[in-house]
Amino acid sequence: MTDMTTMPSPAEVQHGPDGLCDNKRAALDEIINANIHRSGAMMVILNTIQNTIGYVSPDMERYVAQKLRVPVGAVHGVVTFYSFFTTQPRGKHTVKFCMGTACYVGGVPQLMEKAKALTGSEIGKTTPDGQLTMEVCRCVGACSQAPVVTVDDEVVGKVKPNKFPQLIKKLLEG
Amino acid sequence: MPFFRSHVLVSVDPACIAAGAHDVIDALNDELVAQGLIDEIQVLETSRIGDPARFGPDMIVYPENVHYANLGVDDIPYLVEEHFLKGRVVEKFRAQEQVISDEELGAPKPKEVRIVLRNCGKIDPHNIEDYIAEDGYQALASVLSGMTPEQVIDTVAKSGLRGRGGAGFPAARKWQLCRNVPDHPKYLTCNADEGDPGAFMNRRVLESDPHSVLEGMIIAAYAIGASMGYIYCRAEYPIAVQNLNIAIAQAREFGFLGENIFGTDFSFDLEVRMGAGAFVCGEETALIASIEGKRGEPRPRPPFPAVQGVWGKPTNNNNVETYAVVPQILLKGADWYASMGTEKSKGTKTFAIAGDVLHTGLIEVPFGITLREVVYEVGGGIKDGKQFKAIQTGGPMGGCLIEEHLDLPVDYEALTAAGSMMGSGGMIIMDDETCMVDIARFFMEFTQEESCGKCTPCRVGTRRILDILEKICAGKGTLADIDRLEKLCDQVMKNSLCGLGQGAPNPVVSTLKHFRDEYIAHVVEKRCPARVCKALIRFEIQAPACTGCTVCARNCPVEAISGERRQAHTIDISTCIRCGICAQVCNFNAIAVLS
Repeated sequence: MTDMTTMPSPAEVQHGPDGLCDNKRAALDEIINANIHRSGAMMVILNTIQNTIGYVSPDMERYVAQKLRVPVGAVHGVVTFYSFFTTQPRGKHTVKFCMGTACYVGGVPQLMEKAKALTGSEIGKTTPDGQLTMEVCRCVGACSQAPVVTVDDEVVGKVKPNKFPQLIKKLLEG
Repeated sequence: MPFFRSHVLVSVDPACIAAGAHDVIDALNDELVAQGLIDEIQVLETSRIGDPARFGPDMIVYPENVHYANLGVDDIPYLVEEHFLKGRVVEKFRAQEQVISDEELGAPKPKEVRIVLRNCGKIDPHNIEDYIAEDGYQALASVLSGMTPEQVIDTVAKSGLRGRGGAGFPAARKWQLCRNVPDHPKYLTCNADEGDPGAFMNRRVLESDPHSVLEGMIIAAYAIGASMGYIYCRAEYPIAVQNLNIAIAQAREFGFLGENIFGTDFSFDLEVRMGAGAFVCGEETALIASIEGKRGEPRPRPPFPAVQGVWGKPTNNNNVETYAVVPQILLKGADWYASMGTEKSKGTKTFAIAGDVLHTGLIEVPFGITLREVVYEVGGGIKDGKQFKAIQTGGPMGGCLIEEHLDLPVDYEALTAAGSMMGSGGMIIMDDETCMVDIARFFMEFTQEESCGKCTPCRVGTRRILDILEKICAGKGTLADIDRLEKLCDQVMKNSLCGLGQGAPNPVVSTLKHFRDEYIAHVVEKRCPARVCKALIRFEIQAPACTGCTVCARNCPVEAISGERRQAHTIDISTCIRCGICAQVCNFNAIAVLS
């Protein structure tokens, strides 16, 4: 158990020496305090940070390491090991292309080509305006719906190549 | 006791009450009195009948078993007169049952026996009482009230249940090993990290019937003497995680989890731990590392998890399906379960059928069924009248089987002997338009990416195998590459630390064995017989069939297609990226793929 009083007091100005603004630090504190007592807390904490804040930056890694009293390398090692953790903020929307076998055979590679042409962006990148992030993901287990993409965690199945541009355009605008 | 010829059950679900259920009951009683039927028809209140959002207020009339929905006070006089006085069912008030088409799990197909999937789609996973109504937690009650842990292990041993995660280790022997270790506390883990692409059996069980997994785990914990359990679920399954958490909270509330379960001195609790997108965490030692909050890297065994698992303590790890079937075995007896299957593989197994068959989705069949029955009877045969080419079993670490293997019985030993494996239960059926070199490359890309990097044979070996396959698919391979590929596969299989590396070359080895001529065609003739590998194919618009509708030109992502409206179009080969969208969108089959 970590004794909070012995911790160096976090800087009070925005973007203090730890590189975090007050809001983010408060959010991190809340997540860490809620889970620090659990065994194997690091994964739970990082998963929650990823799901609520949306990414785990190097500054956040340092902060978590300090609170958990583990080397920064241990946190960084976990963050970089699992593909769900991202070190940079995602776009407003995220499209993930399922690369399970059924989707691969069912036409997701073609959809990716189409998406690249429509956005001018690459898979694994965010559009410069921060609107859309495109990623490849592992089988989401909706194989009977192939080809499948997920839009902001919602599974969209049986994507037709000629209907797909509308979907992408909507995300680029809205 | 008064005798009623008919009973009317009116739903007094809160949503139905809000919609006026009590007024309907009052009106019904008044009308029955007025018609002089009150001594013949009894009106009763009941809980929810159908979805109140769609049906409320609603009622069921017995013995006719007619479901009337969306009733208002004004409807009652007519209903009473027609139904109860004249004996005619009022069709216009009858609930219109929505036909729910479940594409994953439809009605049982021929040859199916559903044990693990029995409740899926039938019960409400958010309501523990639904599960209890289907004999849920009855096995747990009888175990805790009348069986010793040894008797439980004995029963499971007699049933012949083997681990459904893929390796097929006898479940009871695993439990016994863990029980015998003189160290405490003991832990239980459930592997719900169903990472094989194309496999989603466990997701469906976790989402639709989470309590069966919970009950199986509690029974296993009692048999082993474990006090705490973790369900390790992959992050790609958020609904499964949500339903599991709801189920655990309800089970705690009912006293099935926590301190002194069923008033006995047995205590056990469960927690869900989420993965974060690492395939290797399906390997048990990696899974344990991940539960501990570390990088999910496997470690050498022994020590086995039964001796040193979570937090260095004895841990029993089983798959979702293994746990889910345990309550049924204890409820219906070991002999019942052992009566299904083959000599060494007992019971049933769920499979996810994907690919080029008519009916894709989940199936549950007894062991011993032949692959031919799976493809042609359960799966309905190959789509679009095409030819069967291969079936991939066992996921990315499995192998491809061909026509001559179709009459093999599905069991652990037979599939392994044929050069594939049972795996967790993904079956991908491929027709003659699938390039086997490309499939091998696809699986290799997967395993190479998912290799955790701890041991060199797997980290470097899978990368090198993939390099060679990419070279062959690009039309730059040589015959020496095929020899090199074989040697490399052998070394990676023999020297890797965990099952991922040991199994990774399997798709390459099995396709090389059965489809060597395809590899040769890529290497020598620079041709892709299935017309899939981009570097070896070209698209061509067949002038007579092309109507000049421009749909291909509009959909081409690189604007490689040109042509006037109502004139035959042409594809500029140098710009074309061979994505195949034009062939997909063409309504006249005018675009040919040549190799």
